[in-house]
Amino acid sequence: MEKAQDILELERRFQEKIDNDIRIEPNDWMPDAYRKTLIRQISQHAHSEIVGMLPEGNWITRAPNLRRKAVLLAKVQDEAGHGLYLYSACETLGADREETIDDLHSGKAKYSSIFNYPTLSWADMGAIGWLVDGAAIMNQVPLCRCSYGPYARAMVRVCKEESFHQRQGFEIISKLAQGSPEQKEMAQDALNRFWWPSLMMFGPSDDDSPNSAQSMKWKIKRNSNDELRQLFVDVTVPQAEMIGLKIPDNDLKWNEATQHYEFGEIDWTEFWEVVKGNGPCNYERVETRRKAKENGEWVRAAAVAYAEKKKNKELAVEA
Amino acid sequence: MADDSLILGHRLSEWCGHGPILEEDIALTNISLDLIGQATNLFQYAGKIEGKGRDEDQLAFLRYEKEYKNSLLVEQPNGDFGMTIMRQFLFDAYRLPLFEALTKSSDAQIAAIAEKSLKETKYHYRHSAEWVIRLGDGTEESHQRIQKSLDLLWRYSSDLFTSDDIQTEAEQNGISPSIEEIKGLWSKNVYSVLEQATLVIPDNKWEQNGGRAGKHSEHLGYLLAELQYMQRAYPNMEW
Ligand SMILES: [Fe+2]
Ligand SMILES: [Fe+2]
Repeated sequence: MEKAQDILELERRFQEKIDNDIRIEPNDWMPDAYRKTLIRQISQHAHSEIVGMLPEGNWITRAPNLRRKAVLLAKVQDEAGHGLYLYSACETLGADREETIDDLHSGKAKYSSIFNYPTLSWADMGAIGWLVDGAAIMNQVPLCRCSYGPYARAMVRVCKEESFHQRQGFEIISKLAQGSPEQKEMAQDALNRFWWPSLMMFGPSDDDSPNSAQSMKWKIKRNSNDELRQLFVDVTVPQAEMIGLKIPDNDLKWNEATQHYEFGEIDWTEFWEVVKGNGPCNYERVETRRKAKENGEWVRAAAVAYAEKKKNKELAVEA
Repeated sequence: MADDSLILGHRLSEWCGHGPILEEDIALTNISLDLIGQATNLFQYAGKIEGKGRDEDQLAFLRYEKEYKNSLLVEQPNGDFGMTIMRQFLFDAYRLPLFEALTKSSDAQIAAIAEKSLKETKYHYRHSAEWVIRLGDGTEESHQRIQKSLDLLWRYSSDLFTSDDIQTEAEQNGISPSIEEIKGLWSKNVYSVLEQATLVIPDNKWEQNGGRAGKHSEHLGYLLAELQYMQRAYPNMEW
């Protein structure tokens, strides 16, 4: 057992490393709470990538042409890849991948609420790439400098792909916004439905975000939720204007003094309801993932059994 | 050939997000992407030869059901993972010698497409054959499941090799290899892998043919309804 004094000393040295921007690596000593916070955050992030495949996956078979179909497939596949890197990063902290995934299926673990909204038209593929991947980038770029090495490195790879997704999404929605009246309407409708949920992706406002201070001190988090949300609004509003779409917020206006956009009140009741499980698709999303795992049970068992048989045969030959 | 790639690529894309493990989700999507890429190249070339100004999307999305000449095998529903793998294996075992032979086609464009597709197909074949063996020689349950998939899909395999006047002409011009020869190579590979997988060829030798002549199973209509939805609902628009 480490003595209380020793632990204090270890914690002091740990914080000193963080303050000096020295990365923490898997085998380094770290406080339990730091490990737990990271496991929670990284696994939530991994789950978001995987559940996030579903709303867009919903349109792969109905994509309007071959190029769009291939690009969308590749995009959703990238998200599966992100999920894989992140589950691996989680494993470096001692979390078991299967258990982590079971926590998603039992409802114990959360994922980004945005994926509990339905995708109702092709334009949603544009809105998601543009807004959701766009918001994800804002959240994730600072994570490339996160104090935990494996997470930071995974984020560098992920961010490159996310910015590609964001550009593709913007390209889809621009094309619609410049298209026929039906296409334009489809684009505006998608923006109307995804705008507010995208703002909610940055999490509760700073006054209601209890874990933030500690995460900032540990350099797991670098910017506050409200800062990042403001940055997102400031970047996105001019993009909407550029393609002739209207942000569904009557309180939105440019403030010359602050050089920022002011925007309307977010419906936090809706936010918390969706987090609790009452969004339009919470049940379907988790159920789909749970079923995928359940239907794959026999496949995984077969793979294990076959590998075992093969190993035994090889051993028999050697003997 | 473009229709085979398109329809099977579409079927595989239905798996995206639902795979039994993440790695397989990614693998099936990769194969789907390759097939859609092949379809795109082949349709582009077909449209050019036809000379009526139809592009790859018009050919892929805007024909009637009986104008699709894909084999019955590729339009069969995904079923469980074993069914998907068996369908893929029977198809890959046909595509591999076909592309190999087509790299020597008298048509330079086809030879070039075959060259690129062959690399992809080698990987597809290895992937599906390995899984057939793994599932066949895995657990009791996996053996039963994949054997059942084989029993159900076997009757569609001969449809891959149905010949017609166009095929005969292509063979005479040296554009295409002899389909009988391809069938021979297919059988050799299939029998050897099925044996390793401890699976048995079904006794029932009845064949279901017709895909190459545009006579499909009931499944294709639904697949096309989904595939063509946007093009039909919003005609003449750019995406
Ligand atoms: Fe992602
Ligand atoms: Fe993304």
